[in-house]
Amino acid sequence: MAMTARQRAKVSLYVQAGIFVVAVVAVILAVDWKTIGTSVFNFSKIGPMFPDIFLVGLKNTLIYTALAFVVGLSGGLLLALMKLSSFPLYRWLATGYIEFFRGVPALLVFIAFGYGVPLAFGVQWDVNIVVMVSLGMVASAYIAETLRAGLQAVPKGQMEAARSLGMPQWRAMISIVIPQAFKIVLPPLTNEIILLTKDSSLIYVLGLTASQYELTKFGRDGISSLGAGLTPLLVAGAFYLVITIPLSLLARKFESRSARTKR
Amino acid sequence: MNNSTGSTSTVQAAGVNIKDLRKSYGSNEVLKGISLTVEPGQVVCLIGPSGSGKSTLLRCVNLLEQPNGGTINVGEFEATDPDVDLNRMRRNVGMVFQHFNLFPHLSVLDNCTISQMKVLKRSKSEAAGVARHNLERVGLGHLADRFPDQLSGGQQQRVAIARALSMDPQLMLFDEPTSALDPETVGDVLAVMRKLAQEGMTMLVVTHEMGFAREVADRVVFMDAGVVVEEGPAENVISAPTQPRTKEFLRRVLDPTHIDVVED
Repeated sequence: MAMTARQRAKVSLYVQAGIFVVAVVAVILAVDWKTIGTSVFNFSKIGPMFPDIFLVGLKNTLIYTALAFVVGLSGGLLLALMKLSSFPLYRWLATGYIEFFRGVPALLVFIAFGYGVPLAFGVQWDVNIVVMVSLGMVASAYIAETLRAGLQAVPKGQMEAARSLGMPQWRAMISIVIPQAFKIVLPPLTNEIILLTKDSSLIYVLGLTASQYELTKFGRDGISSLGAGLTPLLVAGAFYLVITIPLSLLARKFESRSARTKR
Repeated sequence: MNNSTGSTSTVQAAGVNIKDLRKSYGSNEVLKGISLTVEPGQVVCLIGPSGSGKSTLLRCVNLLEQPNGGTINVGEFEATDPDVDLNRMRRNVGMVFQHFNLFPHLSVLDNCTISQMKVLKRSKSEAAGVARHNLERVGLGHLADRFPDQLSGGQQQRVAIARALSMDPQLMLFDEPTSALDPETVGDVLAVMRKLAQEGMTMLVVTHEMGFAREVADRVVFMDAGVVVEEGPAENVISAPTQPRTKEFLRRVLDPTHIDVVED
């Protein structure tokens, strides 16, 4: 008996779902649950992680991310405007900066600003400053490209209309072009903040004091002190979702609201 | 008919004086020595086929395009003087675009107040008063709290006119203001422009609306391939053109369904 196209599509969907279920069951059967239970999912011994995972780990991750984002956003905006400048020197400087800091591992930048720069200039930096400068500089390279694309996506007529009303270039940028560009770049910018949140874990290379631990370092510390295997790291990892998921939801809400007032 | 004496506006009208204006894009010369005068309070319509340089000419007047040669005087300002205070000059020159170019992130009222506040340093309440007055003039006082994307094309264009008027310009430039509109909303925009002309506003209008040009313009300038081919009183140029190119253009525009053997 021949099947209609619709029937064939339905059968195909059932087959795909079946393959997925089989794969999941196979993985579950293959796992050594006994070992995993004591070394990864050993939640009985993690009590001591609380409440400091909130008061120290989560708090510091949020602080480091926020500091880096403020620097990254202002630096990124400056770089984006430089890249769009009619003055070639600015364009070259911005391009060089962006290519360099996008291409170099963030970890190396941390080491450079955490150890190299203090040695070179004989200064002792607060860890907040190191995070702000190093992570902020890396972030500004990424954010610059996002913002440049957003600024260029604002129709040229907007700048022309603003200039025709007597606004100087900088005023037209601030009042007309940048507010529209920000609505356009909100989704990719959310992405940058999420990446930044996770990159803040790289500061473990700096040798922090206990009160400066962020989530990952806090989790690694738990591995050695609690005797619950990798479980503390798993818990710390879950806390990143506590930051990133609300962030995504917030951005989506913003997006749908600005979609209403935007053409 | 417009009159330049019975103005209801308190702002002094400015004239435009263009001499031997040249503009090229690369090797493509789009304006080949244009001279044109608009007396204060006059309405001049620029007509001609697309690509004839009329929009470029208009955009040169407030220096959205940088001319390569010639001089432009707008009221007391010499636009082509390298030392001219461009921002100060542009305050006096209202510009209306084909695609409106309203600011989509601002309400209708804020579209009309932002430049008053940021450029003319008017207080928020004063700016709002001026904006509401001008929105009334274009018949849209009741839409002040809407956003541009909630309006029809014709309404958006009238808001754009109100936005320009809110700077108390001495001269208004219109760049094909009705070309992007639905046919049914064209009339509202033309009515607003007709009223402005009657109030004594100096207007330089690029348009394909021959009816409007004939009725409102003091003078009509026909351009083709970067030169002024014919100019004069609206009646003469539109109803009794003397140049073959003007005749040909008007025949095509006024009778578009007429089929003719193309000879060149």
